[in-house]
Amino acid sequence: MPFVSYREKNQDQNQTRGDTMKTGFWRNILAAMLLGAGGLANGAEPIKIGSFLTVTGPASFLGDPELKTLQMYVEAINAKGGINGHPLELIHYDTGGKAQDAVSFVKRLIRNDKVDMIVGGTTSGDTLAAIPEVEKESIPLISLAGGIEIVEPVKKWVFKVAHTDRMAAAKIFEDLRKRNLIKVALITGDGGFDKSGHEQLLKLAPQYGITIVADESYGNKDSDMTTQLTKIRGSDAQVIINFGFGQAPAIVTKNLKQLGITLPLYQSHGVASKTFIDLAGDAAEGVRLPAAALVVAEQLLDTDPQKPVLLAYKKLYEAKYGPVSTFGGHAYDGLYIAVGAIQRAGGTDKTKVRDEIEKTKGFIGTAGVFNMSPEDHMGLNLDAFKMVEIRNGGWKIVE
Amino acid sequence: MLDQLFQFLVTGITVGSIYALVGLGFALIYNASDVVNFAQGEFVMLGAMTAIALLAAGLPLPLAAIVATTIVVIVGLLLERFAIEPALGASVVATIIITIGAAIFLRGIAMLLWGKDFRSLPPFSGDTPIRIGSATLLPQSLWVLGVTVALVVLVRLFFDRTLVGKALLACSFNRAAAKLVGINVRVMLRLAYGLSAGFGALAGILVAPITFSSYEAGVMLGLKGFSAAIVGGIGNPMGAVTGGLLLGVLESLGAGFISSGYKDAIAFLFVLMVLFFEPTGLFGHKTAERV
Repeated sequence: MPFVSYREKNQDQNQTRGDTMKTGFWRNILAAMLLGAGGLANGAEPIKIGSFLTVTGPASFLGDPELKTLQMYVEAINAKGGINGHPLELIHYDTGGKAQDAVSFVKRLIRNDKVDMIVGGTTSGDTLAAIPEVEKESIPLISLAGGIEIVEPVKKWVFKVAHTDRMAAAKIFEDLRKRNLIKVALITGDGGFDKSGHEQLLKLAPQYGITIVADESYGNKDSDMTTQLTKIRGSDAQVIINFGFGQAPAIVTKNLKQLGITLPLYQSHGVASKTFIDLAGDAAEGVRLPAAALVVAEQLLDTDPQKPVLLAYKKLYEAKYGPVSTFGGHAYDGLYIAVGAIQRAGGTDKTKVRDEIEKTKGFIGTAGVFNMSPEDHMGLNLDAFKMVEIRNGGWKIVE
Repeated sequence: MLDQLFQFLVTGITVGSIYALVGLGFALIYNASDVVNFAQGEFVMLGAMTAIALLAAGLPLPLAAIVATTIVVIVGLLLERFAIEPALGASVVATIIITIGAAIFLRGIAMLLWGKDFRSLPPFSGDTPIRIGSATLLPQSLWVLGVTVALVVLVRLFFDRTLVGKALLACSFNRAAAKLVGINVRVMLRLAYGLSAGFGALAGILVAPITFSSYEAGVMLGLKGFSAAIVGGIGNPMGAVTGGLLLGVLESLGAGFISSGYKDAIAFLFVLMVLFFEPTGLFGHKTAERV
């Protein structure tokens, strides 16, 4: 019996030793893998940039170039050794333009992915929905959307880099005053961008001594606006402003020509793309609009500090994806303001990075020269827009 | 004021003829199977987008239009063969849902093929506006109106004077009885889908110079065309045209005299009123259920 029992015990011991050996084996493999991974990144932990953009859905023409730009530059920065020796890691979610999804993705970015900061929010709706979460969790956010409400009133952790519709409205009115045109007819669509622009135009008009003598609207998918324009023809307007994007402004432009109305026409920065000129054809000649410098990069004076930045972005993007859009440019601005702040802060401490973003001065981006301050979390002034006119199927700076 | 009214009417007719042309396409499939084909708008979009792509590839406009229409007819036939025919015994509602699925599928394909940008087709006979008194209209609108009238006459003749047309109608009235008298229901269905797709494509090509086109242009055009068709009495080609023109003129007058913000509300209120008082539409068959 004792013999048997000994053997049993021995067997048991062998069994246990075998298990230990097995676990040890896997532990070694795991350790080796970890070491290997650490070795690849030179032992530096990655800096995690989170992003939530509208890559699909109706606003995809905004979010798609933004994501491509982020991916392209994160790759470029990592190829040069990252920031202070740390590689960048981009974690991205597509909201499809749904604000409720934006909120849950931002929560996931903060809690699960533990990102160091967030660049994104393609649309104002997405950004505004995400702001309470960002403020609560104290994490820096640089939005790529246009709405002025994002930074007005100033929120501690929220910044933005895209032009606002108020700036576009102000730029148009400035140009009207120069030409002494003060009686204005408005025609706008029924989308969010159109309505917000419409509101800013109405709000700013008195400051520039401008009277709105006609105010018409249309559905963004309508195929004919001659009725509204006929009414405008019946008013004593000296100039027409159409605020919108997509195909509707092109139809308005064509309808004006069809009706033989010769009043000058202003469009918004929403149509600053080659597509608009292609759709409206000859009717687009002479149309004026405020546009980001990216659209007219080649025409800028060589002394313009923005010129090299714009041309470099354009070259890199067009070599990879085709024609640039100003929206992709916003992603460039957002990413590099973030990178600059992390570099100056010497790490990813959230409070330090936030303070450094706020101290951004003289940053030359695609949208303009940024000078942020505790009162101004966007840092662009009206110079960021150029007034352009469409001539011979191309853009011409007219200021 | 009178000048304005005249332009409002001309605009209304221009827009209305677009709705009418798209609305016409709904009649054929409805007449063959009692099904409202919600992919009709997508046929319109496919016609426009294919023609634009072919034109860009270097084909002359008339050839591009013919080839595009042929391609869309083939798409219509494939849709019938692989989505509708396998569900031949299914209820009308189930078939309608299949067409909604097909619409989403076609839209997705168009987005992958041509991207999300709007594209345009050059007008057939220039874009010098034609003056009628104080009002102006584009030559392209005359093309739309002309083709609409021609198609109405053709469809009318097809259903009233040809054996095939009558056989098609018979399928919708009573499929089993039609089969018993020797009508091949499957062939009739294929014919209806092929013709509808062709009509849609033609409509798309004609209106593209005015409204432009993109992968989702079919949604709005389909909806307005459908409204035109039900106001006039779905299945009746003459009804679709009257419905379309009425809708267009109402929208234009509403925008002109009341407010451009309520334009669609006024038009849809009218649709509701018509359906309330004449549930089968202005020119619809008065159907009687035998108990």
